[in-house]
Amino acid sequence: MNVLLGIEGSDESMKTLRSTIERTSDVGDELTVAVVEKPEAKRSQAEMCEHAETLLAEAGVDAELTMLEGDPGSALVEFAERGEFDQLVIGGGTESPMGKIRLGPITEFVLLNAPTTVKLVR
Amino acid sequence: MTMHGTRVYPDEPAGSFPSPPVTFEDRDGRSIVVRPFESEEPRLDALTEMYVQFDPADRAQGIPPTGEKRVRDWLETICADGLNVAAWDDDSVIGHATLVPDVDDPAAVDDAGEIAWELAIFVLQEYQRAGIGTELLEALLGYASEQGVENVWLTVERWNSPAIALYERVGFEVCGAESFEQEMSIRLG
Repeated sequence: MNVLLGIEGSDESMKTLRSTIERTSDVGDELTVAVVEKPEAKRSQAEMCEHAETLLAEAGVDAELTMLEGDPGSALVEFAERGEFDQLVIGGGTESPMGKIRLGPITEFVLLNAPTTVKLVR
Repeated sequence: MTMHGTRVYPDEPAGSFPSPPVTFEDRDGRSIVVRPFESEEPRLDALTEMYVQFDPADRAQGIPPTGEKRVRDWLETICADGLNVAAWDDDSVIGHATLVPDVDDPAAVDDAGEIAWELAIFVLQEYQRAGIGTELLEALLGYASEQGVENVWLTVERWNSPAIALYERVGFEVCGAESFEQEMSIRLG
């Protein structure tokens, strides 16, 4: 399967990155990692790229790594449309102090606009 | 609206709320009492029982969890750190409202007014649409106000208009960006 993983700089994205790399090496998918811009995130876009590079190298997974400029949701969906991807993988939300699952605006945009199957990682 | 932490809150505090215990007759003529919830046994069992009976179709954003073990774990956490009130019909809990401190280390909080609190409310299916939600919510806010809580927020699924209307009626205002969940906040005096 040809998988596109979309991440920004949050802990949620770090978890999704780790889990997707593990899955990729288990099943031998083709993987492209797209890092989007989210200025309010904990890690910058460049830092997140470095993390992805390191984790991919450690796992011995050969993946394409790209940085996308502009509005994160629409940049990701547009990139997914241009490629031949079977699945778009993104983080599955965060939990509030109460334990409520929260999906942010990027997730909502991707779910409502992506032409591919979307996978949310919990 | 004024910023506090990562959210905005109404400038004016909402009106005063009753302190629990509050006793009232619901629209179906049942006598209901709302009391601050003390989490020791057997009360915790009664609350757990309510959630075990809870219709999974009425869950919101993954809570309440399902299965007695997960319900009990969840309740132990929110009862240890939070402020809780329960609505009782005789010796059964039929509604529960809770405020959970929005901080990483609840034990380190010494002024309830300094931090934000997340609110949630649940009413058992056969007791819904009887006016219990409003009483429960007002009693929780009255109780919280006595404890010095000032800033309260919640999230509600955007399509859940009855819940949004209930929150607006007691003084919550829409805050923050809209996503699948609507954020709302209230300031207590």
